[in-house]
This record gives sequence, C-alpha cells and structure tokens, in this order.
Amino acid sequence: MLLNPAILALLGVSAIVTLLVGAATAFGLHLLREWDIASGSELQLRLERRTYLIATLVAFSFVAELVSLLLFVYNAEAMHTQFVGAMCATGVLNVNPWGWPTLFLKIAVFFTGAVWLALNHLDNQGHDYPLVRVKYGLLLALFPLVLAAGAAQALFFLGLRPDVITSCCGALFSPESAGVAAEVAGLAPARAALALAASGALVLGAGSWVLLRGSGGGPFGAAGLLAFVVAIAAVVSLVALYVYEHPHHHCPFCVLKPGHDHVGYWLYVPLFAATALALGAGAVAPWRRVPSLAHAVPGEVRRRTRLAVIGYALFYAVATYAILRSNLTMTDVWW
Amino acid sequence: MPTWLLRQKYLIDFTLSSLLRRRAKNLGLLLVYTLIVFVLGSVMLFTHALRQEAAAVLEGAPEIVLQRLVAGRHDLLPASHLERIGSVRGVQKKEGRLWGYFYDPATRANYTLMVPHDRTIAGGEVVIGAGIARTRGLARGDFYTLRGQDGQPQTLRVADVLGSGSELVSSDLMLVSEDFFRRFFGIAPGLYTDVALTVRNPNEVRKIAEKLTLLLPDTRPILREEILRTYDAVFAWREGIVYVLLVGAVLAFVVFAWDKASGLSAEERREIGILKAIGWETGDVIRMKFWEGALVSLTAFLVGYLAAYVHVYYSDAALFEPVLKGWAVLYPRFQLLPTIDGLQVATLFFFTVFPYTVATIVPIWRAAITDPDAVMR
Amino acid sequence: MIELREVRKAFNQGRTNEFWAIRGVSLTLEDNRVTVLKGPSGSGKTTLLSMIGCLSRPTEGRILLEGRALSGLPERFLTEVRRRTFGFIFQQFNLIKGLSVLENVMLPAYPIGRPRGALETEASELLERFALGEKARYRVEWLSGGEAQRTAICRALINGPRILVADEPTANLDTRLSRDFMSIVRDLRAVGKTVLLSSHDPEVYDSPFVDRVVQMRDGRVTDC
Repeated sequence: MLLNPAILALLGVSAIVTLLVGAATAFGLHLLREWDIASGSELQLRLERRTYLIATLVAFSFVAELVSLLLFVYNAEAMHTQFVGAMCATGVLNVNPWGWPTLFLKIAVFFTGAVWLALNHLDNQGHDYPLVRVKYGLLLALFPLVLAAGAAQALFFLGLRPDVITSCCGALFSPESAGVAAEVAGLAPARAALALAASGALVLGAGSWVLLRGSGGGPFGAAGLLAFVVAIAAVVSLVALYVYEHPHHHCPFCVLKPGHDHVGYWLYVPLFAATALALGAGAVAPWRRVPSLAHAVPGEVRRRTRLAVIGYALFYAVATYAILRSNLTMTDVWW
Repeated sequence: MPTWLLRQKYLIDFTLSSLLRRRAKNLGLLLVYTLIVFVLGSVMLFTHALRQEAAAVLEGAPEIVLQRLVAGRHDLLPASHLERIGSVRGVQKKEGRLWGYFYDPATRANYTLMVPHDRTIAGGEVVIGAGIARTRGLARGDFYTLRGQDGQPQTLRVADVLGSGSELVSSDLMLVSEDFFRRFFGIAPGLYTDVALTVRNPNEVRKIAEKLTLLLPDTRPILREEILRTYDAVFAWREGIVYVLLVGAVLAFVVFAWDKASGLSAEERREIGILKAIGWETGDVIRMKFWEGALVSLTAFLVGYLAAYVHVYYSDAALFEPVLKGWAVLYPRFQLLPTIDGLQVATLFFFTVFPYTVATIVPIWRAAITDPDAVMR
Repeated sequence: MIELREVRKAFNQGRTNEFWAIRGVSLTLEDNRVTVLKGPSGSGKTTLLSMIGCLSRPTEGRILLEGRALSGLPERFLTEVRRRTFGFIFQQFNLIKGLSVLENVMLPAYPIGRPRGALETEASELLERFALGEKARYRVEWLSGGEAQRTAICRALINGPRILVADEPTANLDTRLSRDFMSIVRDLRAVGKTVLLSSHDPEVYDSPFVDRVVQMRDGRVTDC
C-alpha cells in the first residue's frame, strides 16, 4: 500500500460517508416502520423532524462524494510518477483490477444521490409526504452502492504496489487490445461522431419537447442517461484524438491537464451536471398523478430540464469546438 | 434576483451579524480551525515543494547512471567499460564521472567532492556550495585546507561560491579539478566513480538498461525515472506519516467543534426559538447554520492556507524544516517555487472542512428542531 | 374562519408523566373579531393558542382554517401557513438582542425572500405608523417596554397576516400601556384583522373592544 495524504483523505471520507449514509438508512428504516402521516402523536412529530437530519446527511454525503470523485481522479493523475508505465490517471487505475470499478461506482453514487435529492426536494412539496416510502426505499439502494464504492476504493489503494508495471492509455485504449476500453476506443471515429450527433439530437429534442409540451420527463431522463454513455464513449474514441491532435491517443483523463486548456472540465462538468439534472427530471416526472404533488411536478421537471438542456448544449458545443479548432485532420483516414 | 437566491442572501446577512454578535466565542473556534489548516497546509505545501525541487534537480541529471559492483559493493569503474558501452545503440553521450564524499571533522559534516564536466577548475582551486561557505565562513579568494587520504594537508583557493538557485543539492558541494580529486582520494588514472549516460529517446531507457546489464554483467544501471519515482514515494510516504500523526490533532479539533456546536448558549437557543416562532422553518435554520459553518470554514481555510503559504515559501518553513528536510548537517537554505494545485486543496479540504462539517451536522439539526412554541412556555 | 373540533393535546405521551393540556375543545372563531381566551394560568390558553396559530399540532381532533384541515399537516407546511396567515405577539416580546429595531421587524420575511428594498420600505412604514420611525436604527435593548411591544406588533404584521395572535400581551405593561395596546387592537380590527388574545388581565377581557370572551379551565372551554 502507498500512503499519501490524498489516499488517507479518500479512505477517511469513504468510511465516514458510508457511516453517515448507513445511519441515514437505519433512520429511514425505523421511520418507515413507524410512519403515520395522519397521526398527531409526538412520535410522528419526532419522525418528521428526523427526516430533516436524514436529508441533511444524504445531501452532505452527496457533496462529499462529488468532491472525492474529483480528488480520486486528481490523485490517480498525481500518482502516475510512482508506477512504471503509467503516464496519467489511466495507468494508475490499471495498476490493479479495482481502479476502474471504483471510478464507476463513484459515478453511480453521484447519479443515485442526485436522483435521491431530486425526489426528496419534490416530496417536501407534497403536504402528505407521498414519496416517503419511495425515498427511503431508494436509500436502501444508495447505501450498498456507497459501501461498494468505499470497499472497491479500499481494495484499490491497499493493492497498489509500486513494482507493478502497468499499461497506460496508449495500451488500454488501443483498438488492438481486448476489453471494453479497447472496444470503446476502437469505435470508428466516424461512427462515434454519428452516435454522438444522434444521441445529442435525441436528448436535446426530448428536452425541447418537455419544455414545449410540459410532458415526457421520463423519456428525457432515459435519453439523458443514453446521451451520457454515448458522450463518454465519444470523448474516448473521437474528441480526445482532436484535443491531443494525435490519431491514437485515446484518454479520458489527459484532457483535464492544463496543457489542453482544461478543456476536459468544460466537457465533463456540463455533461455530469446535465445528466444528474436529466435523471432528476426523469425521476420526478412520473409523480404528477399524485394529487398532493400535481402542482409541484411540472415546475420541477421544467426547471431541471431547462438547466439540463443548457448543460448538454454546452457539452456538445465544447466538443464540436474542440474538434473544429484542432489541427488534426483525419480526412483521408476516416472519411 | 431569483427568490431562492434572495433567501440565501438574507440568511447569510443574518448569520454574519449573528457571528459578529458572538465574536468572542467564535474567535476561539476560528483560531483553532485556522491553526489546523495552517499546520496541515504547511506540511503539504512543503513536501510538495520538496518533491518539485527534487524533480527540477533531476531534470538535468543523466537518464542512466552505471555503477560497477564488486561483491555487491559499489566499486570504481575502469575506462575499458566506457569503450564497450559505445557499442550500445541509442546512447547519445557517455562520460565517466568522479565524485565522492569527504568528512570534515571541524564542522562534523559530509561534503560532496566532484569533478565537474561543464566547467574546468584550475589545479589549486575549489568552487564550494553556499552551505559550506556559510558554515566555514569562506568567501571567494579565501584559502581552505583539507586533509587528504595520505594524511597530508592540501590547500585550495576558493575560486567561487555556488549560487543558491538549487541549494537543496549544491549546498554541500565542492567542485575540484580531476588532478586534485585523484591525488586527494588516491584514485589511479583510468578509473571512474561511475558513468553517466544520456539517452535520446526516453522510451528506450529501459531497453538500453537491459542491454547494459547483459553487456557488462558486473554493473548496475540506475535510471533517473527510478530515482524520481523513489523520491516521490518517499516524500509522499513521509507526508503520509506526518498526516497520520496529525490525525490526532484533527480528531481533537473535531471534538472541540462538536462541543462548540452542541453547547449553544441559552441566548442562542432563545434566538433560534424566536426565529422558529416568527415563521422560520426547520430547513431555514439548518441552512442558516450551514452558512455560518461555511463562513467560518472559508475564513479559517483561506487564512490558514495563506499563512501556510507564507510560512513555507517566504519563511522557508522555519517551523519544521528540521523534521522533514534534514538529511545533512548543512541545512540548505533555498527559495521554494510557489505553486497551488487542486489535489492539495481538495485533500486539505477533506482534512479540515469535512471533519468540521461532520462534527456539526447533528448539533445543528438538534438546534434547528427546537419547538416553535418553545418561546411561549 | 377557524374551526376546532374535539381538539386534544398531550405532552410526554406514553411516559409516566403524560399530561393532557387540552381535553376536547370545539370552538368556532369568526373572522374580523377580537376574541379573548380567558382563564387562570395552567388552564391551557397558551397551548390552545399555539395550536390555532400553527405553532404546534393537536394530538387528536381537527383544526380547520377556511375549511382546510391544518391539523394533519407536517411542520414544514404548518410553517408555510403560519408565516402567511398569522402574526404573533409574545408575552416577553422576544426581540433579538443586538439587532436593530428595523432588522427585528424584517426577520419573519427573510425565509420568504422578498426583494430587500420593498421589504425595508414596508417595515419603515409600519414603524412610522406605530410611532417608532425615529428608532428604526436603534438596537432593541435600548427600547422601553411599550416601544418593545410596538416593535413586536410591527414584526407580527410584516408578512401581512390576516390573524394576529397575542399571548398575555399586557402581562409586562402598566395600565396606561395596556390601554394603549387595546386601542391598537381596535385599530387592527378596524382594518379587517382577526385578533386572538389570551389573558387573565381585566384590562383586556373587560375592554370595550373585545367581541367575545372564551372562558377556559383545566384544558376545557367552560363558557363561550
């Protein structure tokens, strides 16, 4: 194991967040057993007051997980000097089999947390708290995710051996090797461009539909998730090439480096935010049939959708700009 | 301005005035908080700067250094080896180096004697590092006498004192001529301490090292990237150890913060009761308290980090130089290169703001759920 | 109109010191009237007042405001109703020390997030109306008892409530100030407010400006 402050911080944060979410889940379970919104008893009042604590704990954990996701990537990036063969975060994540699962689980925690907070925000506008069961049921799904992310991260850091020779983005994302990453990278850039454009049109179209017609929040959420997956794949197989101006450099992390004008932040921040918002809109939309939520749902969906559409538009604009600005011309190779 | 933003602004206004009204109580917390940020931040900035310094120093170092081993011990390397290396493809430049250590009983310090390649030094002259100049009180033109391997004192004239540009490594350095070096240590002509190789393509370094071990089985190649990696790991490890030790301090701080947050005065309790009675919601109080924590954290973090920055970069980390740096009696005195990076700030955040917030969540919630009708009882 | 149906309130429910403060109250309170809850201390006036004012919930029974049931609402929504419908004047005035008179008056409006300029104008106008215009920037601890109460009245009015609730409003005032207070009550009624008072002070319940007196004892209404 390697010991550095960032690793200590990440392990500590995961442990504490797991504890907090665990406590929130336990409170939630207890609450579900005793909950009786019609009762005026002191017990019910105590339970209602406890919901504030649970929401605060989850919101705080969500923010902590978000910052720790960033720190995890930064740290992987910074540690590349300590591993033979690693030139950026990709190489470090490859040092043992737990690197990538940790990253994916952290992203999953982020999106699940976003959905939970969206539901909670909606539920707080229904005078009979109609989503109490849904919400605390979802906590039961969030907790294992947080636990798994923490465990994978611990295994990853405990298993870091500096004598391991790892393979970095050059090898991992080369179309010749095997595995998901290679398949993603091996995606023909022309097809990636097409898929990116199609998913972009889909998600922006679904978003506009929601904004114009006031319905279709659910499909928009699904389109958002699809757009996210396609966008990540396209960053690896297409956008990265143009950013690095190198026909074989597929790496999702190097774009974050200062050498590339931090273009990665301009890609990832709007994409992640927009996807979280779209998922929130999708989670909120089906509840318009609940009487006490009927007044709140359309506004909530519209607000989230508007912001999500802006985020997606920004992402596609930046991606297009990165491609157009680039000196890399692949006309003869691909088109 | 949208309503929710206005609301936050009102809450911040209120919490600011409430913090100022309880200046004395909050000042104590702020001080301890700032101190924690300062100490952790200093350790972090300092080790980071050291790592950078080491990397900067090694920037100019050869890609491969070849040492000869005899019975597992470092030994002098004959010139014939140098010729045989010539046949390895990819090696751009090779030079036999002469360097060694000398213990000076007067200052009880080890000096590094070296024959430089990029400058020629006259037979009776020496160029010394700033550290030696300081401890022995030498300046250009002074004479300096050392006792050689044969017991005879040798006198050298100080031709120059090295600048403090990268004093971390040049502090204890003495540059002498090849003749003097060989006479002083009794090393026969044709023998070198080791060989430095320059490699054009960094991707070939490993391959070349492999070939060298086959070609010259009695040698050991040391790669620059290996040294860098080791330095990195060692510095990170040291920093980690210091942090583990400081976790105790952070925990003490957490207990302190918890105590401060849960030990609301009767006055504060009454205030929250009034706010709830006149129409503030539990969530409003939590948000207000959250802003309070954010303001305190931001102040402590900025002040603490700034103080750490000044401490490390403008006072040469005066407080713990001896703990983290010292590997020689001659403490190098050098100007570290100021930098800020996201990794450090995020890590520091998790060691300070995060635990503080965790410690205050439950107390804040407890205060916020005060019965709204409490003020009527 | 406020309707109470068989309202009961317990404290320390399920414990050995369980205590029923209100034991079945049914009552209808008309709009634009001045009603006084009268009774000895411990009779449940304040508890009843706090339930009507949405500061707490009945353990059993229902409270309806304009036909809408309030009793089943969680605190979050009760607060919402409370800050738009009710204004409170407490026995101890409960102003926040260290803040100015103007800031104290504006406090209930903070969570609503009204634009600052409009809010300040309105608060200043209210203070002007209650002859406190010159003291707007004073700290509240420098005010006399009567001024403190008028500040509390301004604070109760800042969100434009229809109903004013005052708990023992004259307990800390001398006779002259008590009469001043009752004339303020008259003025409030004149502008269409409903006023609900609890008191055992004859200056209050015998005042000519009171429309109705509800007598309470041991958590029950004995005469209305």
